[in-house]
Amino acid sequence: MATLTLGKALNEGLRKSLEDDSKVIIMGEDVGRLGGVFRVTDGLQKDFGEDRVIDTPLAESGIIGTAVGLAIRGFRPVCEIQFDGFVFPAFDQIVSQVAKMHYRSAGHVKLPITIRIPYGGGIGAVEHHSESPESYFCHTPGLKVVTCSNPVDAYWMIQQTVANDDPVVFFEPKRRYWDKADVDTVTASRELWDAAVVRSGTDATVITYGPSVKTCLEAAAAAETEGRSLEVVDLRALSPIDWPTVIDSVTKTQHAIVVCEAPTYASLSSEIAARVSEKCFFSLEAPVFRVTGFSTPYPTSRIEEDYLPDLDRILDAVDRSLAY
Amino acid sequence: MSRAPGGGKGAATASALSVQAVQPSEGPELVQLLTPEGERVEHPDYSLDLDEEAYRGLYRDLVMVRRIDTEATALQRQGELGLWASLLGQEAAQVGAGRSLTERDFAFPTYREHGVAYCKGVDPVTLLGLFRGVNQGGWNPRDKGFQLYTIVIGSQTLHATGYAMGIQRDGADGAAMAFFGDGASSQGDVNEAFVWASVFQAPIVFFCQNNQWAISEPLERQSRIPLYQRARGFGFPGVRVDGNDVLAVRAVTEAALERAREGSGPTLIEAFTYRMGPHTTSDDPTRYRLAAELETWKLKDPIERMKAYLSRSGMGNGEFFDQVDKAADELAAHIRAGCLALADPDPITLFDHVYAGGSSLLDEEREQLATYLASFEAAR
Ligand SMILES: Cc1ncc(C[n+]2csc(CCOP(=O)(O)OP(=O)(O)O)c2C)c(N)n1
Ligand SMILES: [Mg+2]
Repeated sequence: MATLTLGKALNEGLRKSLEDDSKVIIMGEDVGRLGGVFRVTDGLQKDFGEDRVIDTPLAESGIIGTAVGLAIRGFRPVCEIQFDGFVFPAFDQIVSQVAKMHYRSAGHVKLPITIRIPYGGGIGAVEHHSESPESYFCHTPGLKVVTCSNPVDAYWMIQQTVANDDPVVFFEPKRRYWDKADVDTVTASRELWDAAVVRSGTDATVITYGPSVKTCLEAAAAAETEGRSLEVVDLRALSPIDWPTVIDSVTKTQHAIVVCEAPTYASLSSEIAARVSEKCFFSLEAPVFRVTGFSTPYPTSRIEEDYLPDLDRILDAVDRSLAY
Repeated sequence: MSRAPGGGKGAATASALSVQAVQPSEGPELVQLLTPEGERVEHPDYSLDLDEEAYRGLYRDLVMVRRIDTEATALQRQGELGLWASLLGQEAAQVGAGRSLTERDFAFPTYREHGVAYCKGVDPVTLLGLFRGVNQGGWNPRDKGFQLYTIVIGSQTLHATGYAMGIQRDGADGAAMAFFGDGASSQGDVNEAFVWASVFQAPIVFFCQNNQWAISEPLERQSRIPLYQRARGFGFPGVRVDGNDVLAVRAVTEAALERAREGSGPTLIEAFTYRMGPHTTSDDPTRYRLAAELETWKLKDPIERMKAYLSRSGMGNGEFFDQVDKAADELAAHIRAGCLALADPDPITLFDHVYAGGSSLLDEEREQLATYLASFEAAR
C-alpha cells in the first residue's frame, strides 16, 4: 500500500510497465528530461534511458505515425499528447491508420499503442488546454477508450492498457492529478473494461467518468443530506462500455443522469442516453437527463465554472428526474 | 541497439546539457550589423542606413517591449493573469521584424509575439485578455494587421500562406509574415506551409525565432542542420540573422518583405536568439537547462548592445535613456490599470459568437442556463 497522487500513480504504473516488458517505450514532447509538463513521466528517462523514453520532435502526427511503425516492429509504444487540444494534428494517424490496421491486415498486424491524453477543464488554463475530445475517439471503430478517476485506477489501468493488444486512448483527468489515495500496488481491483459502482444508492443512478466522478460523489453526499440516495457509476471504459453494470443499476433505481464535461450533441453522453433508454425502457420513471458542458468551444477560464457540470447542476437534474 | 540522435548523451549530466544547448551557431552565416559590444559592423549582403531618430526609436521600442513583458510577468505573479509567455531576450528579433512590417503587411503570431504586436500598434492591454482568462483574444485582426494569437503550434503558418495567396490574387502590394518557433519547425503544418508558399510563390516571410528551446527540448530534438538551411529544400532562400541584433533583423526582414512584395516568393528567416525566461510562467527551466547558458546569453543582451551603440556614437545620452525609462514606466502603469480593469465576462456570454448565423441549439442552451442562473437569484 502506498499513498499516491493520481499523477504519481500513473508514473509508478508506467515504471512497472517499462520494467515488465522491454518492448514498452514512451514517446512524446517533453516526456524525457523534463518528465512531462505534469511530471507523469518524471524520472523514467533517467532510469530507462533515451532509447526507451524518447523526447520527440514537436509533431503529434509524427509521434503517432512513428508509433505505428514501431508497433509493427514489435514495440509497445506509449505516446503522450501534451494536452487534449493538441491531439488533432495526430487525428489522421489515429483515425485512419491506428484504428484500422488490424482490420485491414485481417488480424495480422496488432497495434498495441497507448495514447495518453490529459483532458478536461477546471485548471484555469488558456484555450486548447481544457477540452474533452473523447467522443471523437469513441466514435471511431477500431479504437478503445478508457479513463481513470482516482489514483488506484490510474496505477492499474495504465498498466492494463499498455499490456493490451489493441490501440487504446487513455484519457487522464488533469485536474485530478493531485488527488491522493492509498493504492494497493499488489493486486488489481478490477479488469480494465469493467465499470465500477463507486457509491451505492437506490433513488437514481449517476453515470459518469474521469474528472466528473469526484464531482458526482460530492453531489451524492450532498443529496444524502436531503434524504436522496444516489448510486454513482464510474464507467472507466468509455469504449466499449460495460453495459451490464450500467443497466443493472438503472434498472434498480429507475432514474438515470449522465454527467460529463463534453458537450452533449452527437456525443458519448448521447450514446449512453440512447442505450439506457433502449435497454431500460420499461424500468425508467423519467427520461435520461444529461449534465454536461455546453455546445460551445471550451470557454475562457474566468467562466469555466459556469460551463462545467457542478454540484448544483447535477442535483438540479436529479430533482427534475425524481419529480417526473 | 543504435543510439538516438544526440549520440545518447546522458540526459542528466551537466556537460551534456551545455553542449546540446549552445549550438555551433555563430559561424560566418550569421548576419550581424551590431556586435554584442555595440559596435557597428558591415555585412556584404545587408545594410541599414537609418537616421538618428530611427535608431533611437528602435532602442525605445526594445525598452518598451521588455517593459510590457516585465509588467505582465509581475501581474501573473500577483494572480492578475493566469499565465504569461515571456519574450525576455527576444526583443530585438520582434522589434526588428515588427518595425519592418508596414500597414500593407499582415502578421500571424504565436502566443509570444507581444513585441510584434506593439510595433503593429496593438495596445498591450489587448493581449492580456487571453492570459487573464476573460476572453480568447477577441481583437479584430484586420484593425492592425495582427492576427489572433495561435497556441496550436504551427497552424498559423498555413493561415499566413493562405493570406499571402490572397494578396497575390488581389494583385495587392503587401506581404504576410508568419511567426513560429524552432520547435514548430517540426510540425507538419509548417512544412506544408513551406511547400505551398514555394509552389505558389506566395508573398510571405517565414520568421522563425530560434530561441534554442521548445519548452524543455533543445534545438537538437528538432533538427540536425541549421533551420534556415531547410528553406533550400523547399525551393526558397533561407537566412540566419543574429536575433539579438535589432539592426540586422530589421535589415534582413525588410529585404525579405521587399522580395515578397515584388513577387519573388517566400523567404525563411531564422532569428538566432534565446529565451531568457521560462517557457511560460508555469515552467521551471532549472529542470532542464543550466544557469551558465543563460549567463552566456546575457552577454548578448539585445538592449544593452543597442544602448552601447547609441552612447558610443553619441546618438543617445543619459537624458535620452532616462526619458525612455520614464515612458516605459508610463506604459507599465497603463498596462497594470488596463489589466485590472478587464472584468470577468457574464457567464451567459459564453454562447456568443460561436456562429455568425446563430444556432437553435445554442438558443436553447442559453435559455436553459439563463433560467438556471435566475433560479439562484430568486432563491436569494
Ligand atoms: C500542436 C501543439 N502541440 C503541443 C503544444 C504544447 N506546446 C506549447 S509551446 C510548445 C513549445 C514550442 O516551442 P517553439 O516552437 O520553439 O516556440 P517557443 O515556445 O520556444 O517560442 C509546446 C510543445 C502546442 N501548443 N501545440
Ligand atoms: Mg523555441
